[in-house]
Amino acid sequence: MSDTVSSNHAAPSHDTAPSIDFDKFKPTRSFIAARKRKDMAMRLLIILAFFIALIPLVSLLWTTISAGVARLNLNFLTYNMSGVVGGNPTPSGGYGGILHAIIGTLLITLGAMVISIPIGLMCAVYLVEYSNNGRLAKAIALLVDVMSGIPSIVAGLFAFSLFALLGGPGTVNGFVGSVALSLLMIPTVVKTSEEMLKIVPSDLREASYALGVTKQRTITKIVLRTALPGIVSGVILAIARVIGETAPLLIASGFIPSTNLNLFSGRMTTLPVYVYNEYSQGLATCSATALQSNPPCLPGIRMERAWAAALVLILIVLVLNLVGRLVAKVFAVKTQD
Amino acid sequence: MGQRIDVNHLNVYYGDFLAVEDVNMAVEPNKVTAFIGPSGCGKSTVLRTLDRMHEIIPGAYVKGEVLLEGQNLYAPDVDPVSVRRDVGMVFQRANPFPTMSIRDNVLAGVRLNNKKIKQSDADDLVEWALRGANLWVEVKDRLDKPGIGLSGGQQQRLCIARAVAVHPQVLLMDEPCSALDPISTLAVEDLINELKKDYTIVIVTHNMQQAARVSDYTAFFNLRAVGEPGHLVEMNDTNTIFSNPEQEDTERYISGRFG
Repeated sequence: MSDTVSSNHAAPSHDTAPSIDFDKFKPTRSFIAARKRKDMAMRLLIILAFFIALIPLVSLLWTTISAGVARLNLNFLTYNMSGVVGGNPTPSGGYGGILHAIIGTLLITLGAMVISIPIGLMCAVYLVEYSNNGRLAKAIALLVDVMSGIPSIVAGLFAFSLFALLGGPGTVNGFVGSVALSLLMIPTVVKTSEEMLKIVPSDLREASYALGVTKQRTITKIVLRTALPGIVSGVILAIARVIGETAPLLIASGFIPSTNLNLFSGRMTTLPVYVYNEYSQGLATCSATALQSNPPCLPGIRMERAWAAALVLILIVLVLNLVGRLVAKVFAVKTQD
Repeated sequence: MGQRIDVNHLNVYYGDFLAVEDVNMAVEPNKVTAFIGPSGCGKSTVLRTLDRMHEIIPGAYVKGEVLLEGQNLYAPDVDPVSVRRDVGMVFQRANPFPTMSIRDNVLAGVRLNNKKIKQSDADDLVEWALRGANLWVEVKDRLDKPGIGLSGGQQQRLCIARAVAVHPQVLLMDEPCSALDPISTLAVEDLINELKKDYTIVIVTHNMQQAARVSDYTAFFNLRAVGEPGHLVEMNDTNTIFSNPEQEDTERYISGRFG
């Protein structure tokens, strides 16, 4: 009886199991000491890398804040650039402002969101819930990957030529810019939403189906609801990617000094285009008498305005991020309370 | 009241693969029927065909009939969604909806079906279902807390409450106690004994003592070899299966001398 059992486990030539000196396999003292030294060295390296990564970020923030805060006041935020001549002060007491650019940025980005969030989200729902990983799904996934690599200037040119065909040559308005930005946004929205939908446990879908709930309501009420915090973060990321775009908007939406509230007609200035435009014009012209008057004409006003507008852009992205975090927190899956 | 299920010549496929072949059985109303058998023999697969959950997996389909009170669940004009309202299911891993409170979890079946429910009706339904699942006393003061904050055993009973709240005729349970400690298991087993007054219950279990404790009828599934389809070896009342089975395979399995 015992012979048959042992012959199942050991090779037939051995009668007994080999004796093993387990002390050989234990780590030696010097090995442990070496491991501790390596651990310390890697810790230092990682901390060092962290600080190196922080240098450009802190430097960028510091430069923008210190150069931009001088011109950042209520007058700057509430006036546009119409009637601003050279470096001369305006009748309102300021030196021109960015109200038109803030409105332009918000409207054009809103337009891009309205286009790309439904398309991107529905595309992700198709990929995760309906496609069964078929050929169409693989083709779409590939196209989305390719699309996320499109240079932004190409997106701008595409939107410009699309609307040249639809609305006649030289059609430039806020909505053309929204279309250009949505081309850049859709891949990010699809990708992040797809990942978020994938990590919703299939247990929850099954639980919902087992209650006699339809697929459509399972997706809208259970899957999308559970994935919502992640989707919101993904959308915020996508917005942050496009809100600072300059090149496509320069082509698609143009530049004007006055405020335009109509997304669908007329040129529209955005903050990045405004920054570029101010920077590219260099020093403002000031007559000798204007330099002496009070308030004086400022030759360097254009750079000051550019920095202040850049600071406002950073602040808008920051606020957007905070709002996104708040929304994600409100809808987050809670285990306690 | 519970309803009876008759299974006739049921073949269950995953794509080209025949997972379970030619199952014929009768599940008696208001009784507990246990499915036992080794891993991979297809007992969970058969269970999932009884409420058309099997076909959720891409490529999965069945041939044959499943009759609920004489009505074939696989007839072409039958909507799988309405089948799942009549035949509820409880899963191996407790899966309360993580975004919902205890109360909303119980009401999920009604609310997700787009039915408006009055506040007072909702309160009554929540209490009725939670009492039915032996959970009311433990959670009545924290109905608005998240369902996933409960312990594993409480979560499983919450899932049972959620399943009975849509008032099915049949309750399917896929290894409902395999992730629970002995005390929670006892609570769920006691609950099964009470629930059979109102529902027909089919339970899949790996634990033969559990099958012996809770079930009136036992079906033993087996497979000849890995890669071969599973099949129903025999089905009889639980006492007979455990004391005097007809098939030698069954005898060997329940006495632990298997394979």
